Amino acid sequence: MQNQLIVAFKKIVGDEHVLTKKEDLLCYSYDATPGYSHMPDVVISPGNTAEVSKVLALANKEKIPVYPRGSGTNLSAGTVPMKGGIVLLMTRFRDIIEIDAANLVAVAEPGVVVSNLNKAVEEFGLIYPPDPGTVATATLGGTVSENAGGLRGLKYGVSKHYVMGLEVVLADGRVIHCGGKNVKDVAGYDLTKLFTGAEGTLGVITRIIVKLVPAPEAKKAMMAIFSKLDNAGNAISAIIASKVIPATLEIMDNATIRTVEDYAHVGLPVNAEAVLLIEVDGIAEVVEKEAAKVIEVLKANKADDIQVAKDAVQRDRIWAARRAALPALAKLRPTTFVEDATVPRSKVPDMIRAVNNAAAKHKVTIGTFGHAGDGNMHPTIVCDLRDKEEMIRVHKAMDDIFAAAIALGGTLSGEHGIGLGKLPYMKDQFGADGMNVMQTIKKALDPNCIPNSGKLVGEC
Amino acid sequence: MTEDKELLTDIQDAIANCMKCGNCMEVCPVYKELNLESQVARGKLALIEAVLTGKVDISDGFDKRMAMCLSCKACAEKCPCGVKADELILRGRQAAVKARGLHPIKKNIFKLLSNRKLFDFTLRMAGLFGPLQMKKLPRPMAVIARFPVPGLDRKRVLAPFAATPLLGQFPTTVKVSNPKMKVAFFAGCTINYVYTDIGQSVINVLKANDVEVILPALQHCCGTPVYMAGDVEMARAFAKHNIEIFAQTDADYIVAACGSCAEAFKLEYPEMFHDDPALYEQAKKLAATAYEISEFLTDVLQFRTDNLGTVNSTVTVHDPCHMARGLKVTRQPREILKAIPGLKLVEMKEPTRCCGAGGSFSLANYEISRKINDRKIADIRTTNADTVATSCGSCRMHITDGLVQNSMKQECFHVVQLLDKAYQAGRKK
Repeated sequence: MQNQLIVAFKKIVGDEHVLTKKEDLLCYSYDATPGYSHMPDVVISPGNTAEVSKVLALANKEKIPVYPRGSGTNLSAGTVPMKGGIVLLMTRFRDIIEIDAANLVAVAEPGVVVSNLNKAVEEFGLIYPPDPGTVATATLGGTVSENAGGLRGLKYGVSKHYVMGLEVVLADGRVIHCGGKNVKDVAGYDLTKLFTGAEGTLGVITRIIVKLVPAPEAKKAMMAIFSKLDNAGNAISAIIASKVIPATLEIMDNATIRTVEDYAHVGLPVNAEAVLLIEVDGIAEVVEKEAAKVIEVLKANKADDIQVAKDAVQRDRIWAARRAALPALAKLRPTTFVEDATVPRSKVPDMIRAVNNAAAKHKVTIGTFGHAGDGNMHPTIVCDLRDKEEMIRVHKAMDDIFAAAIALGGTLSGEHGIGLGKLPYMKDQFGADGMNVMQTIKKALDPNCIPNSGKLVGEC
Repeated sequence: MTEDKELLTDIQDAIANCMKCGNCMEVCPVYKELNLESQVARGKLALIEAVLTGKVDISDGFDKRMAMCLSCKACAEKCPCGVKADELILRGRQAAVKARGLHPIKKNIFKLLSNRKLFDFTLRMAGLFGPLQMKKLPRPMAVIARFPVPGLDRKRVLAPFAATPLLGQFPTTVKVSNPKMKVAFFAGCTINYVYTDIGQSVINVLKANDVEVILPALQHCCGTPVYMAGDVEMARAFAKHNIEIFAQTDADYIVAACGSCAEAFKLEYPEMFHDDPALYEQAKKLAATAYEISEFLTDVLQFRTDNLGTVNSTVTVHDPCHMARGLKVTRQPREILKAIPGLKLVEMKEPTRCCGAGGSFSLANYEISRKINDRKIADIRTTNADTVATSCGSCRMHITDGLVQNSMKQECFHVVQLLDKAYQAGRKK
């Protein structure tokens, strides 16, 4: 990048917030997605909306791509600066501006770490439900942009269900405000939803208004063991059909069970084809009633064993098994791809079988766990990125997995976003016309292809 | 491939195990203050990886970024893939030392440190003439510079060098009438030359438990500071010296009153001599008998509690990094404190969070170090404790500085000093 441009950017945000040393640039060449890295030309860390606006206006004028970034914990290469240019580091935006308990709303900057927002609203007896695995490191801006979900998605949904309003800096530097604190707001196109989950391709979010919900007063967790995968699948659908919506309804397949047991020795039956981990939450009396109903359904669907947590210690033990799933799988091999193909919940057993077939066919190691209740699976492929031949097989297995998800009426991504990793499959899900609509929106808002260039909708 | 880069090739697989999830960001004290990727383990490992693939050189910038680490091990503990990032970062530093040599200031200090006699003489002189340079503060073991000293923040509170080092205050064998066992005490630099009060308490407490204490006169720095700076050869020389000196004693056990010193004997010395079977065996043998003082008192000695007097004090505990995550000793200091009549133990939020000292890190980066420590001080404040108990001289000094900077009256002691106080109170009864 020309030196005079660096000088101009330094003038906007201050010398100390512009990084140009090779060693620093390298640290922003990757995110949590394996296999993607590219050096930016400069890292700029603005301190307020006006600075973001000026940076974008100049970048737009000079046609320099801008890659917004929070903590860089996403799994879709959503923040990798594939064309160089500017990494726009938003971590200085870390204020929680307002917690409005009367309206059940919080206003925060995009650099706030999600768990910090949760700690702050906890004092008011409220929660911000989206809780991705990276809740303690990921930023609000990043999770809103990637439309992150989490363990509670079945009952509480994903990020887009909680974003009520945004301040966005557009590709050319203009600043717009959309949405607000109104529960009912049907005026105009729903721009808030458009920019939420846009993965930073339509502009840079600089302020976020989120909906909060009352914290559940009681929780009850249980674990059910199934020797037959189909029985577990039937149980998942039957629980929902019995009109109980658990906060969490997780599944681990046999490969995951074996790996977790090997690693954490939590007493999982290594021959079980599936384990379901379930938590109901809400008002104490209702929780008891719902838990009883879930147990009834589990029994009716031939669960071989059901363990109900009687206290907080037992509850922690149940969730420790689930939390161990990713680390246990990740320790098997150097590289870990966590995918998030999602299907209607009735298709979960079919999806798990499709994943197992892909693993066998291409001789790759895949453990599947995930949010069974909302059909959001995490086929986790462990491999070694340095082994070129293995990587070819890994990508073939991925092709099969995504094709299966789409064939089952599912979607490429339940909560991680598209970024670059799943971009090649987008056409399979949306068709040429669907892609064209999205690219038209992108071009209309960003004719020069500035923010997060090349992601989500591809080249423009 | 150049030799310095070669030093990193065997950690290629370990580096590849980092899946770049960034979970280390949650716990890295340095990252929390500055929010820059090059400060967190993920960034540092990416830099080492880039050196291996030839994307960056072992440059001044590489060196500086590797240095921005407290070696607090919080990242390694958090890592879902089990990557020991703290050790890999040390390897990065070693490669930097190989490629670029030590920083001139460090080089001079280590040169002095490498000559045990000269080092001892210099620090004795510092003890004698220190008062000319350092002014006492109205609290025990706290001094501040009288005039600007290069490399030292003007307002920083330190502890004075002892007029007589600990090893000069006692005979090489401290006898008791009916010895139960013999323990060799590894004092370490901080206790020998600065916090002799901790060393005195160790000896008093062991005596109160009928233990004969041996103080090998030729013991030398444990080597951790030079090892942390990336100078492996010097660290190995120190380790070899200490192994030989302590192997000569007829002690049943070795104790140290510093997490890092104890860790050196227990974990690092055997690690250092994998390629030298004879020394490895000797180091292994010593490691099996080495303990941190609290661990020794509770788990080996089962210290006397029948003759403890009352210590009326509300105490909160700070667990040094190398105690909590290195030796994994956190229960034992608490057991000791809970045994003391009149002492009320109040836990602070995050007692195992790094205090920001990190050995020489706080000298080179005082301002960041101060910010990290201010969080610790705030946690101490909310406990309403009147005393902070810890198990490391470096933590004690940095926490004392923090207490002064934040105008707080609390005092910071080693756990063993409070036990010593209780035995003394018991005798007065």
